[in-house]
Amino acid sequence: MENLLVEYLPILIFIGLAVGLAVIIPIASLIIVPQKPDAEKLSAYECGFDAFEDARIKFDVRFYLVAILFIIFDLEVAFLFPWAVSLGTIGVFGFWSMVVFLGILTVGFIYEWRKGALEWE
Amino acid sequence: MVEFWWTYIWPVIWILLQILAIVVPLLVGVAYLTYAERKVIAAMHLRRGPNVVGVYGLLQPIADGMKLFFKETVIPSGANRIVFVMAPMITFSLALVAWAVIPLGDGLVVADINVGILYLFAISSLGVYGVLMAGWASNSKYAFLGALRSAAQMVSYEISMGFIIITVLIVAGSLNLSDIVNAQKESVWFIIPLFPMAVIFFISTLAETNRHPFDLPEAEAELVAGYFVEYSSMTFALFFLGEYANMILMAGMTTILFFGGWLPPFDIAPFNWLPGPIWFIIKMCMLLFIFLWVRATFPRYRYDQLMRLGWKVFLPISLAAVVIVGGVVLAFDISPLANAAASK
Repeated sequence: MENLLVEYLPILIFIGLAVGLAVIIPIASLIIVPQKPDAEKLSAYECGFDAFEDARIKFDVRFYLVAILFIIFDLEVAFLFPWAVSLGTIGVFGFWSMVVFLGILTVGFIYEWRKGALEWE
Repeated sequence: MVEFWWTYIWPVIWILLQILAIVVPLLVGVAYLTYAERKVIAAMHLRRGPNVVGVYGLLQPIADGMKLFFKETVIPSGANRIVFVMAPMITFSLALVAWAVIPLGDGLVVADINVGILYLFAISSLGVYGVLMAGWASNSKYAFLGALRSAAQMVSYEISMGFIIITVLIVAGSLNLSDIVNAQKESVWFIIPLFPMAVIFFISTLAETNRHPFDLPEAEAELVAGYFVEYSSMTFALFFLGEYANMILMAGMTTILFFGGWLPPFDIAPFNWLPGPIWFIIKMCMLLFIFLWVRATFPRYRYDQLMRLGWKVFLPISLAAVVIVGGVVLAFDISPLANAAASK
C-alpha cells in the first residue's frame, strides 16, 4: 500500500500542477485584460446571420452506433492488455481461449458490417 | 522538524522540480512546434514563413502567445458557461498529465508505474471529453457538428491504436514503458518485426490528434474551425497548446513503442556518445517533421473515407495482427516472459 502511494504520488502532484496551470492562465487573462462584451459579440457565430434555430439539433444516428461499437471494442482491448502481457505463461490454452473470444466478437462485427452500420455516404 | 522536512517536504519539492523540468521544456517545445510548422510548410511551398519578429522570426511564437493573452475572453450568451470554460482546461491538463509516465532516458521518468502504457491509453481516451464538452457547451451549430465528427473520429482510430499497442505488448511482455524500451535494447527496435503495425499506428496517431489529412473536425472550408469556433483569447490558446502537446506526446509514444525510446540506433562508438534523452528528442523531432510533411503533402480525406479507413481497413488488420503476432510468438517460443523464466 505504502509503495503504491509512493509510486502514484508524482502523478497526483502532476495532475494538481496541470489543473492549476490550466485554471490560472485563462483567469489571469480574464482579470488583466479589459472586457467589453456586447450583444453582437456574444452571439453564436453563424457567418454574420442571427442564429436560425437552436444549435442542439437532431443528429445522425450513426454517431451513436459508432459510440456503441467503440465501447465494445475498447472493452475488448482492455481485456487483451493482461492477456498480452502474460501470454508467455498462459501458453497455448490461454491463446486459444482468447481466439475464441475474439472470434465471437468478430462474428458480431461482420453482422454489423453486413447490416450497413459502417456505411457513411 | 528536520526529519519531517526530509521525509515529507523535500520529496514533494523534488517531484515538483522534476515535473517542472518536463512541463517547461514541453511548453517551449509546443511554442516552437507551431513555429517549425509554419517554417517547414513555408519551405515546402517555396515561401519564407514568419521572418519579421526576431532573428529568422524566432520570436514569432512568443508574439503570438502575447497577442492571444491580451485578447478579450468571449463567452457566448447562449453557452453553458461552466462547461464552456472547463472544456479547454480539461484538454490542456490531460495533454500535460500524460507526460508523467514517459521515460526520457534510462530511469529518467517522473512516475515509473507498472501500468504505464495503460495509463497513457486511458489519458488519451479522456481527450474526447474536452472536445465533446466544447462542442455542446458552445451552443453553435459549427461547434456542435465539429465536435460530433471529431469525437467519432477519435474513438474510431483509438481502437486500432489499442490493438497495435497489444501487439507491442505481446512482443515486449510488459506494460511498463521503460521495460518496453529495454526489451528493444535486447532484441531490435520493434519497427523491424512490427513494421506494418508501426505504419498503421502512425496513421492512427494522425487521426487521433485531428491532424492532416484527417483534420475534418477543423475543416475550415465548411465548419470554420470545428469544435473551438466560439473560443477566443486564452481559452482558445489552451486548446491549441493541448493539441500540439498531444502531437508531441503521440510522437513520444511512437518513439517508445517502435523506435527504441532513448536507445541509440547502433550501440557503437560515435552513436552512444550522445546521452539517451538527446536521442529521444531527435527521434521525436523526426516523427514530428513527418507530421508536418504529411500536412503539406496530402489532400484532406472525405468523412466517409475516413470512417471507412478506420473501421473497415485498420480495425480488421490490427485485430488480425494481434492474433498473428500472438500465434507467431507462441509457435516459435520467443515470448519474453518464457525466455526470462528459462534464463533464471
